Amino acid sequence: MAEKVLMKGNEAIAEAAILAGCRHYFGYPITPQTEIAAYMAKKMPKIGGCFLQAESEVAAINMVYGVASTGKRVMTSSSSPGISLKAEGLSYLAGSDLPSLVVNVQRGGPGLGGIQPSQSDYFQATKGCGHGDYRMIVLAPSSVQEMASLTIKGFDLAEKYRMTSMILADGTMGQMMEPVSLEQAVVESYDKSWAVTGTKCERKKNIINSLSLVPEELEQLNFARYERYKKVEENEVMYEEYMMDDAEICVAAFGIAARVAKNAIVKAREEGIKVGMIRPITLWPFPQKAFEEAADKVKSFISVELSMGQMIEDIRLYTHSKKPVTLCNRVGGMIPSPEQVLESIRKANEGGNK
Amino acid sequence: MLTKRVTLFAGHYGSGKTNIAVNYAMHLKKEGFPVVIADLDIVNPYFRTKDSEDELKKQGIDLICSEFANTNLDIPSLPQSMYRVIHDKSIHAVMDIGGDDAGAVALGRFAPSLTDENNYAMLFVANFFRPLTRNAEEAFAILREIEFASGMRFTGIINNSNLGEITTKHDILSTKKEAEKLSQISGLPLCFTTVESSLYDELKTESENLFPLTLQSKIF
Repeated sequence: MAEKVLMKGNEAIAEAAILAGCRHYFGYPITPQTEIAAYMAKKMPKIGGCFLQAESEVAAINMVYGVASTGKRVMTSSSSPGISLKAEGLSYLAGSDLPSLVVNVQRGGPGLGGIQPSQSDYFQATKGCGHGDYRMIVLAPSSVQEMASLTIKGFDLAEKYRMTSMILADGTMGQMMEPVSLEQAVVESYDKSWAVTGTKCERKKNIINSLSLVPEELEQLNFARYERYKKVEENEVMYEEYMMDDAEICVAAFGIAARVAKNAIVKAREEGIKVGMIRPITLWPFPQKAFEEAADKVKSFISVELSMGQMIEDIRLYTHSKKPVTLCNRVGGMIPSPEQVLESIRKANEGGNK
Repeated sequence: MLTKRVTLFAGHYGSGKTNIAVNYAMHLKKEGFPVVIADLDIVNPYFRTKDSEDELKKQGIDLICSEFANTNLDIPSLPQSMYRVIHDKSIHAVMDIGGDDAGAVALGRFAPSLTDENNYAMLFVANFFRPLTRNAEEAFAILREIEFASGMRFTGIINNSNLGEITTKHDILSTKKEAEKLSQISGLPLCFTTVESSLYDELKTESENLFPLTLQSKIF
């Protein structure tokens, strides 16, 4: 175990990226994720890496496209409005089958919204941010340690499946400080024969491109891409189950909401209420099976979210609406209190949920 | 440590300045001084002095901070009432300076008055468990950057080394050497070492100049 240090979530992402071998960071400042850029600005020049503050989010994501084309590890980070600006680039990265890591430290929206924490970009992250048929791997850390470990994992998955991994955190996760132990990541090597690295007149040239002139060919590209996505769905689902063995009520929450929910569950258990939690760690691929199975065991679900109810739609979808699902939420930069979640659990226990 | 009229806490971001400032203000109040706490942080969006506003109010400590603190507005402004720290010589003031040189810029506006009056202590808060200040040399570099940005010189050092809630007695003692080294290379006295209240009894026989801290409670 490496020595522990005390880090902000944003710093943990930055340091983990460096440990994962990322030497290219392009970004544009926005609260509450600016520490990622600030950390990279301090550290990258000292280790022969590249930190560049782009002139805009659009520029930054296209710089990511450029480096990704060479097969090198590259990342950008932003917060909600900035990710919207990067949406076009995310679609182009998908259309060119390029690996990259993109961090969204969410804040309240829509529009400019505010700078306080939120989870209201769930739809944006999991249902496709830009245009076209594509997916991103979406990872939702729930501790500063996970901010680091999922960043390393994100780079790995991105290369393995040639797609974008997104870290979907929120302002609190980015700003809060916790002890972390960081270790040099084991970097797997994947086939990069597609990368644009110069042919040295020894091989056929590689072309990175998302434009396809022949519809029949474009269709085949989409089919092939979705074959890869299928593999991701089969192999890469991650979630945590908490006190689910005898649970009659299932709380569903990710990220910061899961931390609050855990505290509420402990209190509810003290009151004798049989409640547990499924915490999706990958939001895409969504832990469908876990919810499907839970739907046969529990009486009802409660989705705890910092949004008007976004993940709740997936819960209803994958439980085939077998059991009632209610929402416990705060929005606009507010976080539900453990008491609010506890109250929802009590209500569900009384069967008061419709 | 001799009490000065104005006590400033500055250091690397995330080093624990706000927590110490709040605890120190309460300490001064208990000593019988009229106290205001001034939040000069123009960098940090979350986890600010304002989080302790109710507790401070209860103890009769005035809080001066940006009217946009803890709101959805990201505006690095300071209120006019900040000048009370300078002009009202009847009060004791605790100033919480934003992190790094970027945060210390805001102090520059008040530096000439504070230096003229010459009744202040400016304390460098160091946490050697922070990744960019793992040793005395790294901490010293930031100390100098803050002095350069603020136009003020530090008068002492606080060892606030901790790992949050999991901090052990051993963790704190293990940083003693770096703290002493920082004192040596900067020529500044090590004023006190902070310790979370529950560890105070364990440590008081092994370390001198301890300052017990109460941490803010969390809901997650």
